[in-house]
Amino acid sequence: MGKRINVQKTYKLYIDGKFPRTESGRYIKWQDPKETTLVNVCRGSRKDFRNAVVAARKAASGWSCRTAYNRGQILYRIGEILEGRREQFMTELTLQGSTKKQAEKEIDQAIERLIYYAGWADKYVQVFSRVNPVAMPYFNFSFLESVGVVAAIAPDDISLLGSVSVLAPIIVGGNTAIMLASESRPLCAITFAEVIHTSDVPAGVVNILTGQRSELLDHFSSHMDVNAVVYCGNDPEEIELVQSNSALNVKRPVIYRGQNWSDKKMQGPYHILETQETKTTWHPVGV
Amino acid sequence: MNYKTDWVYNPAPESADHVRIQERYDLFINGKFIPSVKNAYFKTINPANENKLAQVAEAQKTDVGLAVRAAKKAYENIWSKMDPSERGKYIFRIARLIQERAREFAVIESLDGGKPIRESRDVDIPLAAAHFFYYAGWADKLEYAFPGRKTQPVGVAGQIIPWNFPLLMAAWKLAPALATGNTVVLKPAETTPLTAMKLAEIIQECELPPGVVNIVNGGGETGQALVEHPDVDKIAFTGSTEVGKFIMKTVAGTGKKYTLELGGKAANIIFEDAPLDQAVEGIITGIFFNQGHVCCAGSRLFVQESVAETVISKLKNRMETLIVGDPLDKNTDIGAINSKAQLDKIKMYVDIGQKEGGEIFQSSCNLPKKGYWHAPSLFTGVSQSHRVVQEEIFGPVLAIQSFRTVDEVIAKANNTPFGLSGGVWTDKGSKIFALSKAIRAGVIWANTFNKFDPSSPFGGYKESGLGREGGLEGLMPYVHLV
Repeated sequence: MGKRINVQKTYKLYIDGKFPRTESGRYIKWQDPKETTLVNVCRGSRKDFRNAVVAARKAASGWSCRTAYNRGQILYRIGEILEGRREQFMTELTLQGSTKKQAEKEIDQAIERLIYYAGWADKYVQVFSRVNPVAMPYFNFSFLESVGVVAAIAPDDISLLGSVSVLAPIIVGGNTAIMLASESRPLCAITFAEVIHTSDVPAGVVNILTGQRSELLDHFSSHMDVNAVVYCGNDPEEIELVQSNSALNVKRPVIYRGQNWSDKKMQGPYHILETQETKTTWHPVGV
Repeated sequence: MNYKTDWVYNPAPESADHVRIQERYDLFINGKFIPSVKNAYFKTINPANENKLAQVAEAQKTDVGLAVRAAKKAYENIWSKMDPSERGKYIFRIARLIQERAREFAVIESLDGGKPIRESRDVDIPLAAAHFFYYAGWADKLEYAFPGRKTQPVGVAGQIIPWNFPLLMAAWKLAPALATGNTVVLKPAETTPLTAMKLAEIIQECELPPGVVNIVNGGGETGQALVEHPDVDKIAFTGSTEVGKFIMKTVAGTGKKYTLELGGKAANIIFEDAPLDQAVEGIITGIFFNQGHVCCAGSRLFVQESVAETVISKLKNRMETLIVGDPLDKNTDIGAINSKAQLDKIKMYVDIGQKEGGEIFQSSCNLPKKGYWHAPSLFTGVSQSHRVVQEEIFGPVLAIQSFRTVDEVIAKANNTPFGLSGGVWTDKGSKIFALSKAIRAGVIWANTFNKFDPSSPFGGYKESGLGREGGLEGLMPYVHLV
């Protein structure tokens, strides 16, 4: 008997709850540092991104109207499913260059971060909302609402924990997201899409593209139906492009500049606030 | 009823005798009044009669540089190091002195900007004092504002304010910046510099350390110099969406923080189960308050079809009783349009509205011969695609549409790039909550409109801006959380 022929995985995009190939028909050959495996990764295009924005917009009102309890349970569910997929992420993370120990730590942290944010789902609004004592006979209160559709550029240097750290605060706050995965370490992000797909996350709430940052950054930050853009990286020219493009429709640019995502400080409710709006309502008090 | 003969008021003018306006105002830099390097001045006029009120120094780029340097020095050496409770006491002093001189401020605000004395006296000036009073109290309580984090001031704030609420906008900007330990260079609007210069007098009187607040007057170029200055750490801007976008582009890549309060085109929604007479008053307040020079004005009216005819008829009657004229008359409801440029813009839109097929109604009031005036106006027969429905006019012009269902009106209300404010009128509580959640805007007035308070956060969704001013949220733009 000869050696068994492996069944290799085709890495595709994740848009609107489906796994399409890129409409561009273009691929990037990705090889691991030890040159044992060669993978074709979709080179996502502007059109793929635009399709993803349509899906995210369509999903936005439904997701933001889910109860906080339900969103919390779904985030927890993502953590559960990720836990069950440890082996696959171990393989991919080590293929992407992590040591076994590093990979283990990254998976642990990614799961814990999901559980952490799951617990915030029904608390951040309580902590950051208030009744305002206006000097008139009115009942006045302020609370948080999702900003809407968020385009996110995931960190390049840490794929699984990076994706989780960027996506969790966006979606726990009722936003929908389109994320561009790490260009140098794309495998985990697409496998993470499979985790999301099996975690009761409604179609369109999370969309994940692979491709070239240099090609897609402009589109991610200039789209007129995107309400916020989250950028993770340390390139001054890229940051300037994102902030400048944000002016087109006054989208909110959120810049995470060269952060260490495994630091515990890189989680917390203030990351949720980055993609929230404060709404204030007045009503007269009287008969 | 003939409103011109049957509905007459005797004049009730507020006296302006006690008001001191100098012939010339200089720049306020490092605690002193100094002329601009070029010795350049521009005049500010009373829009109600086009008479010159004063000459005001026009800050050049070099002047802005001097102001920023003074602010930076004051930040590093004094203000950021001061005991926060001492900082707070200075801000309390400012609040108190505004209250003491409220009458003088109100008259000058109406003279310089054209707004009715009733509004400057009852809204602008008291609220300005209240803002300082509110934020003064925050200065030594910041550790309670952001759970789990500590705050640090940002540095030098460059603040650019509009002409529609001159002193009030100065207060919105200055109070939270000072309370959190920042120093400021403030640029008032070109057409309304006077109350800011009066505020500079108060700031001197309060013995605020020199350089903590600097005030430079001028137009767009002065503002641009401030935005571009490398030592300005934060920009706070209130004004048009167009300029807001320009500022975002300018500061891209610089690491400067910024907040933007931009334009609006608010939907004011009247359901058939609303208290209609109250709603009509709300429509009037929504669009004609301050001549409609309000970014959050209820400039798009949506009336449920079953009551549309009644509401529009009541509204037209009520418009006929609005008194348009002398801003210093205590009976006046609608004052002068702030500037010739703004009047031209309003007229342009009224023209466009008619050319696009809208039906116009204007109250039959007599407009004074001199000065800049516009009659309260409304358009019917317009739809979502009309420019008077889509674009911000910033004047006393209302666009009316009708609707049948809740879903329809939500879709129409949100069909705009703006998202500053919105209004809902109904007696049904659950409908209020449904609508106030569905409208994508930062401030929702339910069974009321155009109410403001220092403790209440204000600011927009979408192209209406970034960040909030007022309330606890209003501290956030002026601190780094560590």
